[in-house]
Amino acid sequence: MISALLVMLGLALALGAALGAASVLFRTQGDPLVDKIDAILPQTQCGQCGYPGCKPYATAIAGGDADINQCPPGGDEGVRKLADLLGREYKPLNAEHGVEKPKSVAVIDEATCIGCTLCIQACPVDAIVGAAKQMHTIVADLCTGCELCVAPCPADCIAMVPVADTVDTWKWRYPVFDLKPVMHAPAKEAA
Amino acid sequence: MLRQLFSFNGGVKPDPNKGASTREPIARLPLPPQLIIPLHQHIGGTPRPLVKAGDRVLHGQRIGAADGNVSSAVHAPTSGTVVAVEPRLMPHASGLSAMAVVIEPDGLDLRIEREPFDWHAATPGEVRDHLRDAGVVGLGGAVFPSHLKLSAGTAGSTDTLVINGAECEPFITCDDMLMRSEALDILRGAQVMRKMLAARQVLVGVEDNKPDAAAALKAAAAELSDASLDIVVVPTRYPAGGAKQLIRVLTGIEVPHGRRSTDYGVQCFNVATALAVWNALEHGEPLTRRIVTVAGNVERPRNFDVAIGTPIGFVFEHAGLKPDTDTLIMGGPMMGVPLPGVEAPVVKATNCLLASSPALFPPPEPEMPCIRCGECARACPADLQPFELYWHARSRNFGRAQEYHLFDCIECGCCAYVCPSHIPLVDYYRYAKSEIWARERDKDAADSARERFEFRNWRAEREKEEKAARLAARSAAKPAAKTADVADSAPSPADAQAAAPATTDPKKALIEAAMARARAQKEAAAAKNTDALTPDQQAQVDAAEARRKRAADLLAEKQTANAPADPSAGQNDAAR
Ligand code: SF4
Ligand code: SF4
Ligand code: SF4
Ligand code: SF4
Repeated sequence: MISALLVMLGLALALGAALGAASVLFRTQGDPLVDKIDAILPQTQCGQCGYPGCKPYATAIAGGDADINQCPPGGDEGVRKLADLLGREYKPLNAEHGVEKPKSVAVIDEATCIGCTLCIQACPVDAIVGAAKQMHTIVADLCTGCELCVAPCPADCIAMVPVADTVDTWKWRYPVFDLKPVMHAPAKEAA
Repeated sequence: MLRQLFSFNGGVKPDPNKGASTREPIARLPLPPQLIIPLHQHIGGTPRPLVKAGDRVLHGQRIGAADGNVSSAVHAPTSGTVVAVEPRLMPHASGLSAMAVVIEPDGLDLRIEREPFDWHAATPGEVRDHLRDAGVVGLGGAVFPSHLKLSAGTAGSTDTLVINGAECEPFITCDDMLMRSEALDILRGAQVMRKMLAARQVLVGVEDNKPDAAAALKAAAAELSDASLDIVVVPTRYPAGGAKQLIRVLTGIEVPHGRRSTDYGVQCFNVATALAVWNALEHGEPLTRRIVTVAGNVERPRNFDVAIGTPIGFVFEHAGLKPDTDTLIMGGPMMGVPLPGVEAPVVKATNCLLASSPALFPPPEPEMPCIRCGECARACPADLQPFELYWHARSRNFGRAQEYHLFDCIECGCCAYVCPSHIPLVDYYRYAKSEIWARERDKDAADSARERFEFRNWRAEREKEEKAARLAARSAAKPAAKTADVADSAPSPADAQAAAPATTDPKKALIEAAMARARAQKEAAAAKNTDALTPDQQAQVDAAEARRKRAADLLAEKQTANAPADPSAGQNDAAR
């Protein structure tokens, strides 16, 4: 009887010590769920979700403060991935936050630019180069297409240009073509 | 010598259709009125253009320089004038354009002076650079820059160099004709490669439906009398010319999924690449021409020696395109891609131009559901399960498709060839692969954006802290002259120093350290013009100091009058 109790006590102590040590040794930095959500978000950093960047939005989703359908750049697929990750029901993108658009990059009309540096201050990813009273330009490879530099520009010289496919980025089409019903389309829908 | 041959699983035996284009020897195609030379013709970085519109170029002149090491140069195939450097239609299924140098030949064909290159004396690194600048890339279709494959690797040596002359795809005969006419130089190129790779043996694999080519190679090998060179005739079965398949047939080495043959000491090159290496090293001749088979629905199927950049329409004119042609294909009937138009040029990857007609290649029968009969898995030479790949690609489940080794699929088309449901399986694999690549690109872009965003935030944070620290330092320096209660309320530098280690953030600590260093430097660099003064100067300085002190005292008196507002201001500065 006593020996049994001692064995159990010994086990409890040993396992407790092991667990305690593990929790110290393998402590996770930050919240792993936030990082997983952040990895799905497109990192456009546009703020359309209502948060100042993707990481804050990821934190809000993880904390249950935000829904999963608020990121237009991530689009439908992004919502699906988030739903998968979090085990939630898929829901269409919330139109309040904007609509999914083809990827674009900002282009400065360099002849019109007055060099006010306002766009540099707005760019969340440091994709604009320039100096006070000098012409500014955008490094297209770094631009995420967040559109945040467009509004501050007093000279109205920034335009969003959709990124065209190149031979290297072109994708093969899905081989199945959806057949559209032509004969029996309801008249209402056509209108 | 009789060598034991091995065999790969699967494969099919389509009608070879090789007779028509081998009846006549290779013909040299005249130059077209305009050459369109794409800058990007290989795997890797797009070369930088070295010429602009209006420039005169000479035969063999470099017009595009390799961009980085994973790239290859591009050269002018003749002398003439550059009329444009602009996007032109590419021989690519997308029908998109890419940067090309357009040259109008002057008909003189003046050669650029060759820089002598003594490859016997050069180091392997120099030889590789030379090959890169000669634009030598794999001519079997993959167009991978050859210089990257020609190093002995970490092991310091390679066991076997395989020279691929199998040419298994129907209709294509360019390598066959090349082996018949240039066997000696091909083998010399292989010898150079063997030296560079420090390989033990060279195996040249030729399918047994090319007896003339095999005979020519054997005669050439006898002439070179190199014991490490072996010409091996392999059974004809599509796709015996796939690198992994040929390696398996010749050496018995089965390269597992996701690995490369070099991990097992085997490197593989196409016969035309071996010749290009020889020409580049021995004759200083950059890669500006290649042999192209023109076959299918044409009057005179034949192999042509074509200048790279020749419009495809020009090539077909010489072979007599039949009027009922419906599609033009670059490559063979199994692996080729449809061409977007006849203006697209011949590139380094163009081994065959095939004209198709409804009679030659009847339109595919309607696609039916997969019955999971497993025919495709039996035919797959890469030992994959095509129906699983198809299933996951079709349902856009790309992760699962990758688990089934989608990227080991060589797009040979055997599975689609045998599928009783006529499913265009390869189209699904191409679709899935390009989607996965696009996702990887997006992910890389997102990762770099995240990094830049976080760095920017960190910088903003740092600037704020630096400003706060500056203000704190300034308000700490002031109190000496101020009244006691003002001085008390402002933190002294010692306080700030003591507070610094308390900040746990390593970045903050770094910043603090940097600030402390800057302060120390400032103190060390005290005004130098105040030592070794004459008594006269010292008196002037003292007088100035006294004046300054009086002014400070006056100011302090004034401030003590409205003191309540000030200390709090000092505190705010410090806290910010
Ligand atoms: S909307 Fe999407 S891309 Fe834009 S900041 Fe929010 S999470 Fe990031
Ligand atoms: S905001 Fe407009 S005007 Fe100002 S620097 Fe940027 S592009 Fe130029
Ligand atoms: S051969 Fe066709 S029908 Fe048979 S299992 Fe493969 S994909 Fe399915
Ligand atoms: S196309 Fe791919 S899956 Fe189909 S048989 Fe060839 S290697 Fe196998």
